[in-house]
Amino acid sequence: MISARGLRKSFGQRGKKGQGTEFEAVRGIDVDVQRGVAFGFLGPNGAGKSSTMRMICCVSPVSGGDLRIFGLDPATHGPEIRARIGVCPQEDTLDTELNVWENLYVYGRYFGLPRDVVKGRIDELLDFVQLTDKARAKVDDLSGGMKRRLTIARSLINKPEILILDEPTTGLDPQARHVIWDRLFRLKQQGVTLVLTTHYMDEAEQLADRLVVMDKGVIVAEGSPRELIERYSTREVAEIRFGVGQNEAAAPQVSDLADRVEVLPDRLLLYTEDGERALQEVLGRGLRPETTLVRRATLEDVFLRLTGRTLAD
Amino acid sequence: MATPTVPIAGALRLADYWTIVYKRTWKGGVITSFVTPFFYVVAMGVLLGGYVTADPDRLGGAPSYLAFIAPGMVAAQAMTIAFSETTYPVMGMVKWQRIYYSMIASPLSVGEIVLAQLGFIVLRVAFSCGVFLAVLAPFGVFGSVWGTVLALPVQMLIGLAFATPVFAFAAGLEDESAFALVFRLGMIPLTLFSGTFFPIDNLGPVLEVVARITPLWHGVDLTRMLVLGDVHWGRAAVHVAYLAVLAVVGWRLTVRRLSRRLVK
Repeated sequence: MISARGLRKSFGQRGKKGQGTEFEAVRGIDVDVQRGVAFGFLGPNGAGKSSTMRMICCVSPVSGGDLRIFGLDPATHGPEIRARIGVCPQEDTLDTELNVWENLYVYGRYFGLPRDVVKGRIDELLDFVQLTDKARAKVDDLSGGMKRRLTIARSLINKPEILILDEPTTGLDPQARHVIWDRLFRLKQQGVTLVLTTHYMDEAEQLADRLVVMDKGVIVAEGSPRELIERYSTREVAEIRFGVGQNEAAAPQVSDLADRVEVLPDRLLLYTEDGERALQEVLGRGLRPETTLVRRATLEDVFLRLTGRTLAD
Repeated sequence: MATPTVPIAGALRLADYWTIVYKRTWKGGVITSFVTPFFYVVAMGVLLGGYVTADPDRLGGAPSYLAFIAPGMVAAQAMTIAFSETTYPVMGMVKWQRIYYSMIASPLSVGEIVLAQLGFIVLRVAFSCGVFLAVLAPFGVFGSVWGTVLALPVQMLIGLAFATPVFAFAAGLEDESAFALVFRLGMIPLTLFSGTFFPIDNLGPVLEVVARITPLWHGVDLTRMLVLGDVHWGRAAVHVAYLAVLAVVGWRLTVRRLSRRLVK
Protein backbone atom coordinates (compact mmCIF):
# COMPACT_ATOMS: atom_id res chain seq x y z
CA MET A 1 0.00 0.00 0.00
CA ILE A 2 2.79 2.39 0.93
CA SER A 3 6.38 2.01 -0.14
CA ALA A 4 9.17 4.49 0.57
CA ARG A 5 12.81 4.18 -0.49
CA GLY A 6 15.39 6.63 0.73
CA LEU A 7 12.60 9.10 1.42
CA ARG A 8 13.80 12.58 2.36
CA LYS A 9 12.20 15.84 3.38
CA SER A 10 14.07 19.05 3.81
CA PHE A 11 12.85 22.56 4.44
CA GLY A 12 14.65 25.61 3.19
CA GLN A 13 15.02 28.18 5.92
CA ARG A 14 15.78 31.69 4.80
CA GLY A 15 18.41 33.28 6.99
CA LYS A 16 18.18 36.91 8.06
CA LYS A 17 20.76 38.07 5.56
CA GLY A 18 19.25 36.08 2.74
CA GLN A 19 21.50 33.05 2.87
CA GLY A 20 19.44 29.86 2.91
CA THR A 21 20.01 26.97 5.26
CA GLU A 22 18.48 23.53 4.84
CA PHE A 23 16.83 21.64 7.63
CA GLU A 24 16.42 17.92 6.98
CA ALA A 25 13.41 16.57 8.82
CA VAL A 26 13.46 13.13 7.17
CA ARG A 27 16.85 11.79 6.15
CA GLY A 28 16.37 8.76 3.95
CA ILE A 29 13.90 6.21 5.29
CA ASP A 30 12.66 2.92 3.86
CA VAL A 31 9.12 1.92 4.79
CA ASP A 32 6.73 -0.76 3.53
CA VAL A 33 3.17 -0.87 4.73
CA GLN A 34 1.15 -3.92 3.70
CA ARG A 35 -2.62 -3.95 3.23
CA GLY A 36 -4.64 -4.51 6.39
CA VAL A 37 -1.91 -3.94 8.95
CA ALA A 38 -1.75 -1.25 11.59
CA PHE A 39 1.57 0.45 11.15
CA GLY A 40 2.99 2.77 13.78
CA PHE A 41 5.57 5.53 13.56
CA LEU A 42 7.12 6.14 16.97
CA GLY A 43 9.55 8.81 17.92
CA PRO A 44 10.15 11.83 20.08
CA ASN A 45 9.07 15.29 18.98
CA GLY A 46 11.05 16.40 15.97
CA ALA A 47 11.86 12.86 14.85
CA GLY A 48 10.31 13.43 11.43
CA LYS A 49 7.07 11.50 11.95
CA SER A 50 4.70 14.29 11.00
CA SER A 51 6.78 15.28 7.97
CA THR A 52 6.61 11.66 6.81
CA MET A 53 2.85 11.62 7.36
CA ARG A 54 2.39 14.82 5.37
CA MET A 55 4.29 13.36 2.43
CA ILE A 56 2.15 10.21 2.57
CA CYS A 57 -0.96 12.42 2.64
CA CYS A 58 0.30 14.11 -0.57
CA VAL A 59 0.23 17.58 0.96
CA SER A 60 3.99 17.94 1.16
CA PRO A 61 6.29 17.43 -1.83
CA VAL A 62 8.94 14.72 -1.50
CA SER A 63 12.44 16.24 -1.34
CA GLY A 64 14.32 13.09 -2.26
CA GLY A 65 14.03 9.33 -2.68
CA ASP A 66 10.95 7.53 -3.86
CA LEU A 67 7.44 7.31 -2.44
CA ARG A 68 4.58 5.24 -3.80
CA ILE A 69 1.08 5.00 -2.39
CA PHE A 70 -1.17 2.40 -4.02
CA GLY A 71 1.75 2.20 -6.49
CA LEU A 72 1.12 5.83 -7.49
CA ASP A 73 3.47 8.79 -7.29
CA PRO A 74 2.16 11.61 -5.03
CA ALA A 75 3.78 14.21 -7.28
CA THR A 76 1.63 13.27 -10.25
CA HIS A 77 -1.38 11.52 -8.70
CA GLY A 78 -2.01 13.53 -5.54
CA PRO A 79 -5.78 13.94 -5.95
CA GLU A 80 -6.26 10.26 -6.89
CA ILE A 81 -4.31 9.13 -3.84
CA ARG A 82 -6.04 11.57 -1.51
CA ALA A 83 -9.41 10.29 -2.73
CA ARG A 84 -8.50 6.85 -1.34
CA ILE A 85 -7.01 7.81 2.02
CA GLY A 86 -8.52 9.23 5.19
CA VAL A 87 -6.63 11.74 7.29
CA CYS A 88 -7.08 12.39 10.98
CA PRO A 89 -4.70 15.28 11.64
CA GLN A 90 -2.93 16.01 14.90
CA GLU A 91 -4.71 19.34 15.35
CA ASP A 92 -8.42 19.35 14.76
CA THR A 93 -9.39 21.12 11.56
CA LEU A 94 -13.12 21.00 12.21
CA ASP A 95 -15.26 24.01 11.35
CA THR A 96 -16.29 25.05 14.85
CA GLU A 97 -19.15 27.18 13.62
CA LEU A 98 -20.79 24.33 11.76
CA ASN A 99 -22.61 21.57 13.58
CA VAL A 100 -21.48 17.94 13.70
CA TRP A 101 -23.64 16.81 10.81
CA GLU A 102 -22.63 19.74 8.61
CA ASN A 103 -18.94 19.11 9.21
CA LEU A 104 -19.33 15.56 7.91
CA TYR A 105 -21.57 16.62 5.05
CA VAL A 106 -19.33 19.30 3.57
CA TYR A 107 -16.32 17.04 3.93
CA GLY A 108 -18.02 14.24 2.03
CA ARG A 109 -18.84 16.73 -0.69
CA TYR A 110 -15.16 17.71 -0.99
CA PHE A 111 -14.62 14.18 -2.25
CA GLY A 112 -17.27 14.63 -4.89
CA LEU A 113 -19.54 12.02 -3.31
CA PRO A 114 -23.22 12.35 -4.29
CA ARG A 115 -25.35 14.08 -1.64
CA ASP A 116 -27.49 10.99 -0.94
CA VAL A 117 -24.43 8.82 -0.47
CA VAL A 118 -22.92 11.32 1.97
CA LYS A 119 -26.13 11.57 3.97
CA GLY A 120 -26.34 7.79 4.30
CA ARG A 121 -22.75 7.50 5.40
CA ILE A 122 -23.13 10.27 7.98
CA ASP A 123 -25.77 8.22 9.81
CA GLU A 124 -23.54 5.13 9.80
CA LEU A 125 -20.46 7.05 10.91
CA LEU A 126 -22.19 8.96 13.70
CA ASP A 127 -23.39 5.63 15.00
CA PHE A 128 -19.91 4.16 14.67
CA VAL A 129 -18.29 6.95 16.72
CA GLN A 130 -21.24 7.18 19.13
CA LEU A 131 -22.21 10.74 18.27
CA THR A 132 -25.69 10.13 16.84
CA ASP A 133 -27.40 12.21 19.51
CA LYS A 134 -24.91 15.05 18.92
CA ALA A 135 -25.63 15.36 15.19
CA ARG A 136 -27.03 18.89 15.51
CA ALA A 137 -24.63 20.05 18.22
CA LYS A 138 -22.16 22.82 17.51
CA VAL A 139 -18.59 21.55 17.34
CA ASP A 140 -17.57 24.19 19.89
CA ASP A 141 -19.77 22.49 22.47
CA LEU A 142 -18.15 19.06 22.09
CA SER A 143 -15.56 17.67 24.50
CA GLY A 144 -12.04 16.94 23.27
CA GLY A 145 -12.81 13.23 22.96
CA MET A 146 -15.98 13.90 20.99
CA LYS A 147 -14.13 16.23 18.61
CA ARG A 148 -11.52 13.56 18.04
CA ARG A 149 -14.22 10.97 17.32
CA LEU A 150 -15.86 13.40 14.93
CA THR A 151 -12.53 13.92 13.17
CA ILE A 152 -12.15 10.16 12.87
CA ALA A 153 -15.70 9.86 11.50
CA ARG A 154 -14.91 12.62 9.02
CA SER A 155 -11.75 10.87 7.86
CA LEU A 156 -13.85 7.77 7.09
CA ILE A 157 -16.44 9.53 4.91
CA ASN A 158 -14.76 8.40 1.67
CA LYS A 159 -14.40 4.78 2.87
CA PRO A 160 -10.60 5.07 2.76
CA GLU A 161 -8.32 2.13 2.13
CA ILE A 162 -5.67 3.73 4.32
CA LEU A 163 -6.49 5.72 7.43
CA ILE A 164 -3.72 8.03 8.58
CA LEU A 165 -3.81 9.13 12.21
CA ASP A 166 -1.34 11.67 13.54
CA GLU A 167 -1.24 11.41 17.35
CA PRO A 168 -4.85 10.20 17.54
CA THR A 169 -5.28 10.35 21.32
CA THR A 170 -2.96 13.15 22.39
CA GLY A 171 -4.62 15.30 25.01
CA LEU A 172 -7.51 12.95 25.73
CA ASP A 173 -8.47 11.42 29.07
CA PRO A 174 -8.08 7.65 29.58
CA GLN A 175 -11.77 6.86 28.97
CA ALA A 176 -11.78 8.77 25.70
CA ARG A 177 -8.55 7.08 24.62
CA HIS A 178 -9.99 3.64 25.18
CA VAL A 179 -13.10 4.44 23.15
CA ILE A 180 -10.90 5.56 20.27
CA TRP A 181 -8.66 2.51 20.49
CA ASP A 182 -11.74 0.32 20.41
CA ARG A 183 -13.05 2.05 17.27
CA LEU A 184 -9.68 1.90 15.54
CA PHE A 185 -9.39 -1.78 16.39
CA ARG A 186 -12.77 -2.40 14.76
CA LEU A 187 -11.65 -0.55 11.65
CA LYS A 188 -8.58 -2.73 11.49
CA GLN A 189 -10.78 -5.80 11.69
CA GLN A 190 -12.79 -4.44 8.78
CA GLY A 191 -9.58 -4.47 6.75
CA VAL A 192 -8.68 -0.78 6.84
CA THR A 193 -4.94 -0.19 6.79
CA LEU A 194 -4.02 2.06 9.69
CA VAL A 195 -0.95 4.26 9.72
CA LEU A 196 -0.47 6.12 12.97
CA THR A 197 2.09 8.23 14.71
CA THR A 198 2.23 8.33 18.44
CA HIS A 199 4.53 8.99 21.30
CA TYR A 200 2.39 6.92 23.62
CA MET A 201 3.97 3.51 23.93
CA ASP A 202 0.83 1.90 25.31
CA GLU A 203 -1.03 3.15 22.25
CA ALA A 204 1.56 1.60 19.95
CA GLU A 205 1.40 -1.71 21.84
CA GLN A 206 -2.39 -1.67 21.71
CA LEU A 207 -2.81 -0.83 18.06
CA ALA A 208 0.28 -1.44 15.96
CA ASP A 209 1.14 -4.76 14.31
CA ARG A 210 4.35 -3.33 13.01
CA LEU A 211 6.20 -0.22 13.90
CA VAL A 212 9.25 1.83 13.20
CA VAL A 213 11.03 3.95 15.74
CA MET A 214 12.26 7.22 14.25
CA ASP A 215 14.82 9.52 15.75
CA LYS A 216 16.37 12.63 14.17
CA GLY A 217 14.93 11.84 10.76
CA VAL A 218 16.04 8.23 10.45
CA ILE A 219 14.56 4.86 11.37
CA VAL A 220 16.45 3.36 14.30
CA ALA A 221 14.42 0.15 14.72
CA GLU A 222 11.65 -1.73 13.01
CA GLY A 223 9.49 -4.73 13.89
CA SER A 224 6.44 -5.85 15.83
CA PRO A 225 6.11 -4.53 19.39
CA ARG A 226 7.07 -7.96 20.76
CA GLU A 227 10.07 -8.31 18.46
CA LEU A 228 11.34 -4.91 19.46
CA ILE A 229 11.05 -5.70 23.15
CA GLU A 230 12.88 -8.99 22.62
CA ARG A 231 15.59 -7.38 20.56
CA TYR A 232 16.23 -4.21 22.55
CA SER A 233 15.18 -5.12 26.06
CA THR A 234 15.00 -8.04 28.43
CA ARG A 235 11.83 -9.83 29.43
CA GLU A 236 11.53 -8.10 32.78
CA VAL A 237 12.70 -5.00 34.56
CA ALA A 238 13.33 -4.67 38.29
CA GLU A 239 13.05 -1.09 39.48
CA ILE A 240 14.73 -0.35 42.78
CA ARG A 241 14.75 2.99 44.52
CA PHE A 242 17.26 4.05 47.09
CA GLY A 243 17.07 7.53 48.57
CA VAL A 244 17.83 10.52 46.41
CA GLY A 245 21.55 10.67 45.64
CA GLN A 246 22.20 7.09 46.72
CA ASN A 247 21.18 5.33 43.53
CA GLU A 248 24.41 6.04 41.73
CA ALA A 249 26.46 4.76 44.63
CA ALA A 250 24.49 1.51 44.77
CA ALA A 251 24.80 0.83 41.03
CA PRO A 252 28.24 -0.90 41.07
CA GLN A 253 27.03 -3.32 43.73
CA VAL A 254 24.22 -4.65 41.52
CA SER A 255 25.73 -4.29 38.08
CA ASP A 256 26.50 -8.02 37.79
CA LEU A 257 22.92 -9.04 38.66
CA ALA A 258 21.32 -7.95 35.39
CA ASP A 259 22.03 -7.88 31.65
CA ARG A 260 22.09 -4.11 31.88
CA VAL A 261 21.66 -1.59 34.66
CA GLU A 262 20.46 1.91 34.01
CA VAL A 263 20.97 4.62 36.60
CA LEU A 264 18.28 7.26 36.82
CA PRO A 265 18.24 10.11 39.33
CA ASP A 266 15.43 8.50 41.31
CA ARG A 267 15.95 4.76 40.75
CA LEU A 268 17.96 1.93 39.22
CA LEU A 269 16.56 -0.18 36.40
CA LEU A 270 17.81 -3.77 36.24
CA TYR A 271 17.10 -5.35 32.85
CA THR A 272 16.89 -9.08 33.34
CA GLU A 273 15.05 -12.23 32.29
CA ASP A 274 13.90 -12.88 35.88
CA GLY A 275 13.15 -9.75 37.85
CA GLU A 276 12.16 -11.47 41.08
CA ARG A 277 15.39 -13.42 41.28
CA ALA A 278 17.45 -10.28 40.62
CA LEU A 279 15.57 -8.54 43.39
CA GLN A 280 16.19 -11.39 45.86
CA GLU A 281 19.89 -11.23 45.08
CA VAL A 282 19.92 -7.48 45.65
CA LEU A 283 18.33 -8.01 49.08
CA GLY A 284 20.67 -10.97 49.70
CA ARG A 285 23.63 -8.59 49.41
CA GLY A 286 22.32 -6.60 52.34
CA LEU A 287 21.10 -3.67 50.22
CA ARG A 288 17.90 -2.09 51.53
CA PRO A 289 16.07 -0.11 48.80
CA GLU A 290 13.13 2.08 49.84
CA THR A 291 10.78 0.62 47.26
CA THR A 292 11.00 -2.06 44.60
CA LEU A 293 8.94 -3.07 41.59
CA VAL A 294 9.24 -5.95 39.16
CA ARG A 295 7.46 -5.56 35.84
CA ARG A 296 7.43 -6.82 32.26
CA ALA A 297 9.56 -4.83 29.86
CA THR A 298 7.48 -2.50 27.69
CA LEU A 299 7.91 -0.67 24.46
CA GLU A 300 8.72 2.37 26.53
CA ASP A 301 11.94 0.72 27.68
CA VAL A 302 12.82 0.05 24.06
CA PHE A 303 11.90 3.55 23.05
CA LEU A 304 13.94 5.25 25.74
CA ARG A 305 16.91 3.01 25.05
CA LEU A 306 16.82 3.84 21.35
CA THR A 307 16.04 7.54 21.50
CA GLY A 308 17.65 8.47 24.80
CA ARG A 309 16.31 10.12 27.87
CA THR A 310 17.30 13.69 27.16
CA LEU A 311 14.44 16.00 26.28
CA ALA A 312 13.84 16.32 22.55
CA ASP A 313 12.95 19.97 22.75
CA MET B 1 0.89 19.18 -6.98
CA ALA B 2 -0.85 18.93 -10.31
CA THR B 3 -3.55 21.59 -10.59
CA PRO B 4 -6.14 21.09 -13.33
CA THR B 5 -6.26 24.06 -15.69
CA VAL B 6 -10.03 24.44 -15.34
CA PRO B 7 -10.82 23.58 -11.73
CA ILE B 8 -14.56 24.20 -12.01
CA ALA B 9 -15.74 20.66 -11.20
CA GLY B 10 -13.68 20.63 -8.02
CA ALA B 11 -14.83 24.11 -7.05
CA LEU B 12 -18.45 23.01 -7.38
CA ARG B 13 -17.78 20.35 -4.74
CA LEU B 14 -17.25 23.25 -2.37
CA ALA B 15 -20.60 24.82 -3.20
CA ASP B 16 -22.32 23.08 -0.30
CA TYR B 17 -19.69 24.30 2.12
CA TRP B 18 -20.14 27.92 1.03
CA THR B 19 -23.90 27.58 0.99
CA ILE B 20 -23.85 26.49 4.61
CA VAL B 21 -21.46 29.31 5.51
CA TYR B 22 -23.75 31.78 3.76
CA LYS B 23 -26.87 30.48 5.51
CA ARG B 24 -25.03 30.95 8.77
CA THR B 25 -23.78 34.47 8.07
CA TRP B 26 -26.25 36.19 5.76
CA LYS B 27 -28.20 37.89 8.54
CA GLY B 28 -25.08 39.59 9.88
CA GLY B 29 -24.13 40.35 6.29
CA VAL B 30 -27.35 42.26 5.75
CA ILE B 31 -26.38 44.69 8.50
CA THR B 32 -22.82 45.29 7.35
CA SER B 33 -23.41 45.18 3.63
CA PHE B 34 -26.71 46.94 3.35
CA VAL B 35 -27.92 48.83 6.41
CA THR B 36 -24.62 50.66 6.98
CA PRO B 37 -24.25 51.98 3.40
CA PHE B 38 -27.93 52.86 3.40
CA PHE B 39 -27.32 55.09 6.42
CA TYR B 40 -24.46 56.70 4.53
CA VAL B 41 -26.67 57.41 1.55
CA VAL B 42 -29.33 59.01 3.74
CA ALA B 43 -26.84 61.03 5.79
CA MET B 44 -24.38 62.08 3.09
CA GLY B 45 -26.57 61.98 0.02
CA VAL B 46 -29.96 63.16 1.21
CA LEU B 47 -29.34 65.21 4.35
CA LEU B 48 -25.85 66.61 3.75
CA GLY B 49 -26.36 66.58 -0.02
CA GLY B 50 -29.36 68.90 0.47
CA TYR B 51 -26.86 71.69 1.12
CA VAL B 52 -24.80 70.87 -1.97
CA THR B 53 -25.73 72.67 -5.13
CA ALA B 54 -23.41 72.06 -8.03
CA ASP B 55 -23.44 72.28 -11.75
CA PRO B 56 -24.33 68.83 -13.15
CA ASP B 57 -21.34 69.16 -15.48
CA ARG B 58 -19.06 69.26 -12.45
CA LEU B 59 -20.78 66.09 -11.12
CA GLY B 60 -20.15 63.88 -14.13
CA GLY B 61 -23.63 64.65 -15.46
CA ALA B 62 -25.45 63.71 -12.25
CA PRO B 63 -28.60 65.83 -11.73
CA SER B 64 -28.08 66.01 -7.97
CA TYR B 65 -25.41 65.33 -5.38
CA LEU B 66 -27.36 62.26 -4.25
CA ALA B 67 -27.36 60.94 -7.81
CA PHE B 68 -23.60 61.59 -7.91
CA ILE B 69 -22.67 59.67 -4.80
CA ALA B 70 -25.21 56.81 -5.12
CA PRO B 71 -23.22 54.86 -7.78
CA GLY B 72 -19.99 55.68 -5.93
CA MET B 73 -21.42 54.21 -2.74
CA VAL B 74 -22.45 51.05 -4.58
CA ALA B 75 -18.96 50.59 -6.03
CA ALA B 76 -17.36 51.29 -2.64
CA GLN B 77 -19.71 48.71 -1.18
CA ALA B 78 -18.47 46.07 -3.65
CA MET B 79 -14.92 46.87 -2.56
CA THR B 80 -15.76 46.78 1.15
CA ILE B 81 -17.26 43.29 0.88
CA ALA B 82 -14.20 42.10 -1.02
CA PHE B 83 -11.91 43.42 1.73
CA SER B 84 -13.96 42.00 4.55
CA GLU B 85 -14.23 38.55 2.94
CA THR B 86 -10.54 38.19 2.13
CA THR B 87 -8.89 39.43 5.32
CA TYR B 88 -10.02 37.92 8.63
CA PRO B 89 -11.93 35.00 7.07
CA VAL B 90 -8.83 33.95 5.09
CA MET B 91 -6.65 34.23 8.19
CA GLY B 92 -9.19 32.12 10.07
CA MET B 93 -9.13 29.40 7.46
CA VAL B 94 -5.32 29.35 7.33
CA LYS B 95 -4.54 29.70 10.99
CA TRP B 96 -7.37 29.65 13.50
CA GLN B 97 -9.74 26.97 12.28
CA ARG B 98 -7.30 25.57 9.71
CA ILE B 99 -10.14 24.71 7.37
CA TYR B 100 -7.92 24.93 4.30
CA TYR B 101 -5.90 22.05 5.72
CA SER B 102 -8.99 19.87 5.90
CA MET B 103 -9.80 20.85 2.31
CA ILE B 104 -6.39 19.96 0.89
CA ALA B 105 -6.51 16.60 2.67
CA SER B 106 -9.30 15.75 0.24
CA PRO B 107 -8.73 15.46 -3.52
CA LEU B 108 -9.31 19.22 -3.89
CA SER B 109 -6.45 21.36 -5.14
CA VAL B 110 -5.53 24.85 -3.98
CA GLY B 111 -6.69 26.25 -7.34
CA GLU B 112 -10.14 24.74 -6.81
CA ILE B 113 -10.32 26.01 -3.24
CA VAL B 114 -9.45 29.55 -4.35
CA LEU B 115 -11.90 29.45 -7.26
CA ALA B 116 -14.75 28.35 -5.00
CA GLN B 117 -14.04 31.00 -2.41
CA LEU B 118 -13.80 33.76 -5.03
CA GLY B 119 -17.04 32.51 -6.53
CA PHE B 120 -18.68 32.81 -3.12
CA ILE B 121 -17.32 36.34 -2.65
CA VAL B 122 -18.47 37.47 -6.09
CA LEU B 123 -21.97 36.10 -5.50
CA ARG B 124 -22.09 37.81 -2.14
CA VAL B 125 -21.08 41.10 -3.80
CA ALA B 126 -23.79 40.56 -6.42
CA PHE B 127 -26.44 39.94 -3.79
CA SER B 128 -25.52 42.89 -1.59
CA CYS B 129 -25.02 45.35 -4.42
CA GLY B 130 -28.15 44.10 -6.14
CA VAL B 131 -30.21 44.85 -3.04
CA PHE B 132 -28.43 48.19 -2.66
CA LEU B 133 -29.21 49.20 -6.25
CA ALA B 134 -32.84 48.14 -5.80
CA VAL B 135 -33.19 50.23 -2.65
CA LEU B 136 -31.61 53.27 -4.30
CA ALA B 137 -33.88 53.09 -7.36
CA PRO B 138 -36.93 54.75 -5.68
CA PHE B 139 -34.75 57.79 -4.88
CA GLY B 140 -34.80 58.48 -8.62
CA VAL B 141 -31.02 58.56 -8.89
CA PHE B 142 -30.62 56.26 -11.89
CA GLY B 143 -30.86 57.68 -15.38
CA SER B 144 -30.70 54.41 -17.32
CA VAL B 145 -32.45 51.14 -16.52
CA TRP B 146 -30.17 49.10 -18.75
CA GLY B 147 -27.13 50.84 -17.41
CA THR B 148 -28.22 50.06 -13.87
CA VAL B 149 -28.75 46.40 -14.77
CA LEU B 150 -25.30 46.31 -16.38
CA ALA B 151 -23.86 47.91 -13.27
CA LEU B 152 -24.47 44.68 -11.34
CA PRO B 153 -21.93 42.52 -13.22
CA VAL B 154 -19.59 45.50 -13.01
CA GLN B 155 -19.89 45.36 -9.20
CA MET B 156 -18.94 41.67 -9.39
CA LEU B 157 -15.86 42.62 -11.39
CA ILE B 158 -14.97 45.36 -8.89
CA GLY B 159 -15.39 42.87 -6.05
CA LEU B 160 -13.13 40.37 -7.80
CA ALA B 161 -10.51 43.00 -8.62
CA PHE B 162 -10.18 43.82 -4.92
CA ALA B 163 -10.75 40.32 -3.55
CA THR B 164 -7.89 38.63 -5.40
CA PRO B 165 -4.99 40.95 -4.43
CA VAL B 166 -6.15 41.20 -0.81
CA PHE B 167 -6.65 37.41 -0.69
CA ALA B 168 -3.12 36.94 -2.02
CA PHE B 169 -1.79 39.34 0.61
CA ALA B 170 -3.70 37.68 3.46
CA ALA B 171 -2.72 34.14 2.39
CA GLY B 172 0.93 34.76 3.19
CA LEU B 173 0.57 36.68 6.45
CA GLU B 174 1.70 35.18 9.74
CA ASP B 175 -0.86 37.05 11.82
CA GLU B 176 -3.74 39.47 11.47
CA SER B 177 -2.07 42.62 12.78
CA ALA B 178 -1.57 44.04 9.26
CA PHE B 179 -5.30 44.02 8.55
CA ALA B 180 -6.00 47.07 10.69
CA LEU B 181 -3.56 49.00 8.50
CA VAL B 182 -5.09 47.56 5.34
CA PHE B 183 -8.46 48.94 6.39
CA ARG B 184 -7.27 52.28 7.75
CA LEU B 185 -4.62 53.12 5.17
CA GLY B 186 -6.07 51.19 2.25
CA MET B 187 -9.80 50.76 2.19
CA ILE B 188 -10.97 53.90 3.98
CA PRO B 189 -8.81 56.38 1.98
CA LEU B 190 -9.91 54.61 -1.20
CA THR B 191 -13.54 55.05 -0.19
CA LEU B 192 -13.03 58.73 0.63
CA PHE B 193 -10.76 59.89 -2.19
CA SER B 194 -11.58 57.80 -5.26
CA GLY B 195 -14.36 59.93 -6.64
CA THR B 196 -17.09 58.46 -4.46
CA PHE B 197 -18.07 61.66 -2.64
CA PHE B 198 -16.61 64.37 -4.87
CA PRO B 199 -15.13 64.66 -8.37
CA ILE B 200 -11.45 63.76 -8.26
CA ASP B 201 -10.40 66.96 -10.03
CA ASN B 202 -11.19 68.68 -6.71
CA LEU B 203 -8.04 66.98 -5.41
CA GLY B 204 -5.72 69.16 -7.46
CA PRO B 205 -3.61 68.08 -10.44
CA VAL B 206 -1.14 65.82 -8.57
CA LEU B 207 -3.53 63.95 -6.32
CA GLU B 208 -5.98 63.63 -9.16
CA VAL B 209 -3.43 61.52 -11.02
CA VAL B 210 -2.99 59.37 -7.92
CA ALA B 211 -6.75 58.94 -7.65
CA ARG B 212 -6.95 57.94 -11.30
CA ILE B 213 -4.54 55.08 -10.66
CA THR B 214 -6.60 53.62 -7.82
CA PRO B 215 -8.80 50.71 -8.83
CA LEU B 216 -11.79 52.07 -6.98
CA TRP B 217 -11.89 55.20 -9.15
CA HIS B 218 -12.12 52.97 -12.23
CA GLY B 219 -14.98 51.11 -10.61
CA VAL B 220 -16.75 54.26 -9.43
CA ASP B 221 -16.45 56.05 -12.77
CA LEU B 222 -17.63 52.99 -14.68
CA THR B 223 -20.61 52.46 -12.38
CA ARG B 224 -21.53 56.15 -12.52
CA MET B 225 -21.42 56.29 -16.32
CA LEU B 226 -23.63 53.23 -16.54
CA VAL B 227 -26.34 54.19 -14.06
CA LEU B 228 -26.51 57.80 -15.33
CA GLY B 229 -26.79 56.53 -18.90
CA ASP B 230 -23.87 58.63 -20.10
CA VAL B 231 -21.33 56.04 -21.19
CA HIS B 232 -18.01 56.94 -22.86
CA TRP B 233 -17.21 53.55 -24.31
CA GLY B 234 -13.47 54.05 -24.68
CA ARG B 235 -13.13 55.08 -21.06
CA ALA B 236 -15.42 52.24 -20.00
CA ALA B 237 -13.24 49.73 -21.87
CA VAL B 238 -10.14 51.03 -20.06
CA HIS B 239 -11.91 50.65 -16.71
CA VAL B 240 -12.98 47.08 -17.44
CA ALA B 241 -9.53 46.14 -18.71
CA TYR B 242 -7.83 47.66 -15.66
CA LEU B 243 -10.11 45.82 -13.21
CA ALA B 244 -9.85 42.55 -15.15
CA VAL B 245 -6.05 42.65 -15.20
CA LEU B 246 -5.99 43.34 -11.46
CA ALA B 247 -8.35 40.44 -10.85
CA VAL B 248 -6.33 38.00 -12.95
CA VAL B 249 -2.94 38.98 -11.52
CA GLY B 250 -4.32 38.84 -7.98
CA TRP B 251 -5.88 35.47 -8.67
CA ARG B 252 -2.63 33.92 -9.85
CA LEU B 253 -0.80 35.39 -6.88
CA THR B 254 -3.43 34.03 -4.52
CA VAL B 255 -3.08 30.46 -5.80
CA ARG B 256 0.70 30.73 -5.64
CA ARG B 257 0.88 32.19 -2.16
CA LEU B 258 -1.78 29.91 -0.68
CA SER B 259 -0.07 26.86 -2.22
CA ARG B 260 3.21 27.92 -0.68
CA ARG B 261 1.48 28.31 2.66
CA LEU B 262 -0.41 25.02 2.69
CA VAL B 263 1.72 22.63 0.65
CA LYS B 264 5.22 22.57 2.05
